Amino acid sequence: MRLILTVLLTGLAGTAIAQETQEAPPELVGGSVKTNVAIAVPVMPGDMVGRQVSEVIATDLRSTGLFTPIGPSGLPGYSVEEASSPAYPSWRNAGVAALVSGYIESRPDGRLTLACYLHDVTAGRELARQGFAVNAGDWRRAAHKCADLVYSRLSGQQPYLDTRVVYVAETGPKNDRQKRVAIMDSDGSNHRYLTIGRNTVVTPRFSPRGDKLVYVAYIGRRPRVLLFDVATGSERLLIPGNHITFAPRFSPSGRDVVYSMANAGNTDIYIVSVNGGEPRRLTSAPGADTSPSFSPDGRQIVFESDRSGTQQLYIMGADGSQQRRVSFGGGRYASPTWSPTGNLIAFTKIAGPFRIGVMNASGGGERILTDGWQDEGPSWAPNGQFVMFHRTPQGAGAARLYAVPVDGGAARIMPTPVGGSDPSWSPLNN
Amino acid sequence: MNKTVLIGMTAIALSLGACAKRTPPPAATTEPPPVTQPDTNSTDPNSLEVVELPQLQADLVAKAGSDTVYFGTDEFSLDEATRATLAAQARWLIANPNVRASIEGHCDERGTREYNQALGERRANAARDFLVSQGVPASRLLTTSWGKERPVAQGSNEEAWAQNRRAVTVIIR
Repeated sequence: MRLILTVLLTGLAGTAIAQETQEAPPELVGGSVKTNVAIAVPVMPGDMVGRQVSEVIATDLRSTGLFTPIGPSGLPGYSVEEASSPAYPSWRNAGVAALVSGYIESRPDGRLTLACYLHDVTAGRELARQGFAVNAGDWRRAAHKCADLVYSRLSGQQPYLDTRVVYVAETGPKNDRQKRVAIMDSDGSNHRYLTIGRNTVVTPRFSPRGDKLVYVAYIGRRPRVLLFDVATGSERLLIPGNHITFAPRFSPSGRDVVYSMANAGNTDIYIVSVNGGEPRRLTSAPGADTSPSFSPDGRQIVFESDRSGTQQLYIMGADGSQQRRVSFGGGRYASPTWSPTGNLIAFTKIAGPFRIGVMNASGGGERILTDGWQDEGPSWAPNGQFVMFHRTPQGAGAARLYAVPVDGGAARIMPTPVGGSDPSWSPLNN
Repeated sequence: MNKTVLIGMTAIALSLGACAKRTPPPAATTEPPPVTQPDTNSTDPNSLEVVELPQLQADLVAKAGSDTVYFGTDEFSLDEATRATLAAQARWLIANPNVRASIEGHCDERGTREYNQALGERRANAARDFLVSQGVPASRLLTTSWGKERPVAQGSNEEAWAQNRRAVTVIIR
């Protein structure tokens, strides 16, 4: 065991993935992954939290929609030594294509190490390994990192499971709803409320580093943009004056916030530094220009405007230059968000029902991803493979959060303790 | 800015007081404090009288017929009935020169959240402009938009949506 740990900590683990790609691709990897690949996730040995760690990993893997995790219940245990050299024939007989093994070990500094291994059972070989050292109370983080290692190695995509979600928690009747900003891990754990619910709040959004939020609260009967520090809970008004301001979103640098201001029946898009100073106006067309969202390179902004008569999507330079319409399908288009990979724009399409769709950032290629009665407010996973949104039912029921794969597949409900709307997916945690 | 916020907060507190359905304050709960300093305007220690504050919002509704006007789907234009209601509200506002009002636009649920925040402001602004055209000083009118955050009807049907597409004149004194 000591030997394994030493190997893990001396950095071999970090290069395992790169080395693998030099070799002939094993059956499981990259693009060849079939939905519902069976992956065994037996209880990890070494610590009392081993069962919970394996449960978190299995739940994470199931949530990707790509895999059918088996276990940890009903699977045989194994020793710490077997984590790196499992009995492949036995697992083959169990009918699984892959195995996630590992162990948990206390460290001298009081933290714990989660050793995570991914095996191709069919080929009888190790595909990836990585160790994660965390504070003992943060074992969930290490479990998410292990699940991300498995997801990333098998799908060829960037990791996204070790993330958080900020959203508006909704309780109470529809005509007297209490709305609070809430934050949770993207599997629903570590849920807590960030506002107390005295003021109606909408549209919280993460900063690019995940340490701050912007959101809108009704203060003095008016929607105002607030800047919120996640670690300290301190907040302040972002925009000078008592204007009607909403639809805030950070620039990719995190130094600026774009937003809408409504005045005298006209709504335009502005930008302001998070450090203060005078806002700059980016649009001036008559009509409602709102829901601005930066491209990941910071050079362009997609937004919606009804300047043509109906809500449509437009792209402009970050300074407001060269405004041009990019949505030309039937119906109306709203609440665009640029994907973190830069190639797609997610939006709400209004054509009778409200549906979440994506289109190429260069125009065209529209695909509708959802089929609810009222799905709106898309937010991207940091790897650009999933979009979270909220679905409002007809009648007095509560809205709920869902995530849907961009390449097609069923929308999956997010485990929030109460109704939810306006989700914002965090960047990958450190 | 701080001053504006302060005024806003005060206004809310006052409006909450004015809107709340409360029985009038009991008549004999407090005796006026003994007058120790002679008042240049009054020498009568019994001149203070507890009075009932006017229920301004209820009075507006009673005199103008309604504090609310309604809009078509995705519309912010004012039809004839809406203009008549607003004209009556304007007369009441002119007759009560000490009050201020917040004109508050609302939308039905069948719009996206941020678009509805913009649309609500258009509705509030349209109502405000009409009140000003009827002689109400613009300095006494504020506007705001609640988007789709404050529906009065809970249904997901045309009847409920029609009730929720509205602008409400809220007296904030």
